[in-house]
This record gives sequence, C-alpha cells and structure tokens, in this order.
Amino acid sequence: MSANAAPSGNTIAISRRRKRSLTSSKWPVLILFLPPALLLFTVLVILPMGEAAWYSFYNWNGYGSPTQWVGWRNYQLIFRNSAFTQALINNGLIVLASLCVQVPLALWLATMISSRIKGALFFRLIFFLPYVLADVAAGMIWRFVYDGDFGLVAGISHFIGVEPPFWLADRNLAMYAILGVVVWKYFGFHMMLFIAGLQAIDKSVLEAADIDGATGFQKFRLVTLPLLGSTVRLSVFFAVVGSLQLFDMIMPLTGGGPSNSTQTMVTFLYNFGVTRMQVGFGSAVGVVLFVICVTLAFSYKRVFMRND
Amino acid sequence: MTEISTAQPIDAASAPTSGRRLRAGTQVYMYVSLIIVAAIVVVPLISTALGGFKTLGELRGNPFGLPTEWQWSNYTDIIVSKRYWLQMSNSLIIALLTVFLTLTFGAMAAFCFAHIRFFGTDYLVNYFLIGLMFPAATAILPLYIRIRDLGLIDTYWGVVLPQVAFGMGMSIMLFRNYFRNLPSELFDAAFVDGCGYMRFFWHITLPLSRPIIATVGIISFVGSWNSYIVPLIMLNSESRYPWPLGIMIYRGEFSTEWQLVLAFITLTILPTIIAFFLAQKHIIAGLTAGAVKS
Repeated sequence: MSANAAPSGNTIAISRRRKRSLTSSKWPVLILFLPPALLLFTVLVILPMGEAAWYSFYNWNGYGSPTQWVGWRNYQLIFRNSAFTQALINNGLIVLASLCVQVPLALWLATMISSRIKGALFFRLIFFLPYVLADVAAGMIWRFVYDGDFGLVAGISHFIGVEPPFWLADRNLAMYAILGVVVWKYFGFHMMLFIAGLQAIDKSVLEAADIDGATGFQKFRLVTLPLLGSTVRLSVFFAVVGSLQLFDMIMPLTGGGPSNSTQTMVTFLYNFGVTRMQVGFGSAVGVVLFVICVTLAFSYKRVFMRND
Repeated sequence: MTEISTAQPIDAASAPTSGRRLRAGTQVYMYVSLIIVAAIVVVPLISTALGGFKTLGELRGNPFGLPTEWQWSNYTDIIVSKRYWLQMSNSLIIALLTVFLTLTFGAMAAFCFAHIRFFGTDYLVNYFLIGLMFPAATAILPLYIRIRDLGLIDTYWGVVLPQVAFGMGMSIMLFRNYFRNLPSELFDAAFVDGCGYMRFFWHITLPLSRPIIATVGIISFVGSWNSYIVPLIMLNSESRYPWPLGIMIYRGEFSTEWQLVLAFITLTILPTIIAFFLAQKHIIAGLTAGAVKS
C-alpha cells in the first residue's frame, strides 16, 4: 500500500507501520556503516593496547613470537630506572608550569582581549599562531633561539655583555628551557578556552556588581573568577593530558638529554623501548603510561569536573 | 569522556564586550602588555625567517636584525630541491587520506549511534571513547608489529590507518553529538515520506552537517600534517618522509649551518602560516571547540 493513497485520518497508523518497516531495514545500514570504524579501531587501537599488556611480561626483540617469559621484571626495571623517575618528575613539572604560569597568563590575556579594546582580534590571532605550528617546528625554532653561538639568547647575552649560557646543554637548566617552549606553544589555546568561558558569563551579573560600586579588580575576583571555575578545571585537564603526550617538541630540542634530564614518559618509551627494539620493556612503559592516563582522566573528571 | 557543559561555540569574529569604556591609563597598560606578549610570540618566528637570509657568520654577530646582504640562495636552493617538494607532497597525501577516512568512517558510525537503537549501542559508543583517553604512543610498539605483519611498513597506509584509528574516538564523538541535535522533525517527515536510512544520511544529514565536517576535517588535517611519532616509527625511506621528519633529517645533515636549517624551517611552516591567516576564523573555532567538545 502507498502512503499517498491513505485517507487522512489514518496517517498516524500508517506512519507507525512505515516506521516498523524502517526499523526492520536498519540492519543493512548497520552492516554497511559500522564495520569500517569498528574494525580499524579494534585492530589498531584496542588490540595493540591489549598486546602491550601481554608483551610486557616478555623479553622480546620483536621477531618471531615472544617466548622468554620474565614475569613482572620489566615493570621492576622501569621503576628502578632513574631516567623514568626523572620523566615522571618532568611530567609533573609541566603540569605545575601550566597551573602556575600558563593558566594565569591565559586568563590575564583573555580578560584583556575580552574587554573593549581595539585590535583584540589581531592579538588573538597572533597568540593562537604557535598552537597551529607543528611541535617539531616549534622545537626546532626554539633550539635556534636557545643556541649559545648563533641564537637569540646569544645575541641578548652579547648585548648585555655576559657569556651566553647554553641552556639546552645544561642538565639543571634544560627542563626549564623546555617549559618555556611549552608555555609559548600552548598558552594561546588555553587563552581561547578562557575567552569562551568569559563570553558565557551573564553580563547582568557584572552590571549588578557595577551598580553596587565594585572596582574592576573586585569584579574580577568576586564575580568573574568564581564563574570561570569550570574553564580553569578544563584548562588544567588539557595541560595534564598534553603533558602525558609530550614527545614531538622534546626530540628537536634535546631528545631527552643531557643525561636524561629532559625525558618525558613518551621520550623515555621511545629512547629505551623503540630505538633499542626492546618490545617487552617498551610495552611495559606503554602500559604504565596507559594506566596513568586512564586513572587521571577518570579521577580528574570524577573529582574536579563532576558538576561541570 | 562525555560532553562538557562549558562547551560554548567560540565566535572568532566578534570581540566580546564587558560594560563600560576603558580609561586611558588602563588602555595604555593593556596595549603595552599585549604588545610585549605578542613580541615574545613573533620574534622567534621572524628571527627564524630572517636568519635564513643571513650567512652563518652574520647569524653569530647579528641574530635579531635585518641581514646586511640578503642571501636569497639559501631559500632558492631549497625551493628548487626535490626533497622539499617531496616532503610537502608526502605530508599532503598522508593528511588528505587521513582526513577522508576519518570523516567517512566517523560520520557513518556516528550516524548509526545517533539514530538507530540496537543491542549494545551505549557499550559500543563507550568502547570508541576509550580511544580518547590515551595517545598512540602508549601502544606504539605493538602497533608497529601489527603494521609490519600487515606488510604496511614504509607505506603511506602504515601511517594513515593508525592515525585514522586513533582519530575515530574524536570523530565519532563530534559527529554523534551534532547528528543528535539536528531537529527530529526532519526525521519524522522523512520517515513518513518513506525515506530509508541510507538516503536520509546522504540527502539530509550530510548536507546539514557542513560545520561539523569542517571541524572534524580541520582537527584531523592539522593533527596529521604536524604528526611526528607515527611516521617516525612506520616509515624507513626518506623518500616517503613527511616534513616534520624531513626537518629532523635536514638538521642532522646541515647541523653546522644554522642559516640553511632556518631557511628550511621557514619554508616548511610557511604553508601552515598562510593557511592559518586565510582561514583563521575556522581554524581557531575548529581546534578550540572541537577539543572542548570531545
């Protein structure tokens, strides 16, 4: 029967029947539309993660199949490795730098750009620019900046008449130099988060504060800041996730050196697992990283972002 | 990971306002601060571009200023070299394939999740969301072995497929949220008219989804264009290297000649910078809103 021929009083019943005939035809769509994503995701994301857990109990160079069972030894080696401890500390430092430098900086710039000021769009564009550059390119540019012979740091040192420091070659300074690049590269992204957060604030609340005679700073501290809580938590969340992935930028800057002082968890995985083709050890590092990522993501969302 | 309610559409075109006009003193303070920060952002980039025009000797004495004699050959030698264009086209091919598959597979799966109730829908959605929680680096060694066993080491596909797989969570998440917010009247009308799911997807959902296609496309393009670790692991031949790997190789070869490295960096980031200034509104909105919503 055709819907066009149906008397008007019956359309509801007909549409229901139509719907039923459509639900019975949902299978062709499912069979055609789901498998590509499902297959690719399972084979190249979920299975490798499961395999990492399996390989992590073996000593294996990646050829043939893993036979040399070593139990928890790979994990013991990881936690006894001072370079891994350093990597954990460095990942923590990146989060700390984000909390103490990046969030305040981004918030400060966002409030200025959100105020009625000419050229706001231009500054927003400039500040976001480093974020779209590749980490590798940013790292290479800053390797030049920090270079004590040819770089900008050398130029400044000569100008004020001191010996140029070699920051990236000094194991006590290199990590701080890298933190500078991380902030340079990512503050624009966090600033955009805060600009969005500021846009969402109800203007009438600020006007009410105006009428009550609040000063600019009071308005900021007592009205704006509390209302931006969810944005701050989001911004810190991205900093944590980003720190756990940091690799591309470190490679052109220091590659994890000097003497492992700038390793992050991923550079540690690369330098100790991949380049030496120690599949078992490298997989164990991957599993540790996975556990940290998932635990942090879940607990952070549960503890800090449950009301957002 | 679910939608976060702070997610606000980020309007890059309109400057938001807050209340009264600013006093002159405040304005001066603001401009000085903004210009200082802008200088910290821009000076390294401009010095890199200018450094490419200098001789090594001049770079040592004068890293900031304009070159006394512009060494155009630093740049032209790279522009006429085969390796530069090869790396750029490698990056472009890999990025386009990645974007195409991320969009197609993601939109198709998200359509099922948005409109069709079937056994285990929610479990499957959450299954894909696991992919948002950890980076590709965590499973890079088993991934390498899998790609090797599939015979895809040192091919474009060996880079593209892992990138697509790790982008699936983001893509499905963004598409599904968007599809679900399309007005449901469209659906009812189409169903009454006897429109099947496939035609609905092709003729109604997709034409209405341009904004989200742009967002997912921009995120996966920028991610792939800039990606380093996956190609580093999967590719062996320099002839297939995308440009971030190319920079590292070039720097290794010409480590004593910073001026050439600087020219090379400048030329490789030039396409990104041009694209950014041409499509800044879409790129900023896409990268920020996309990250927040997934």
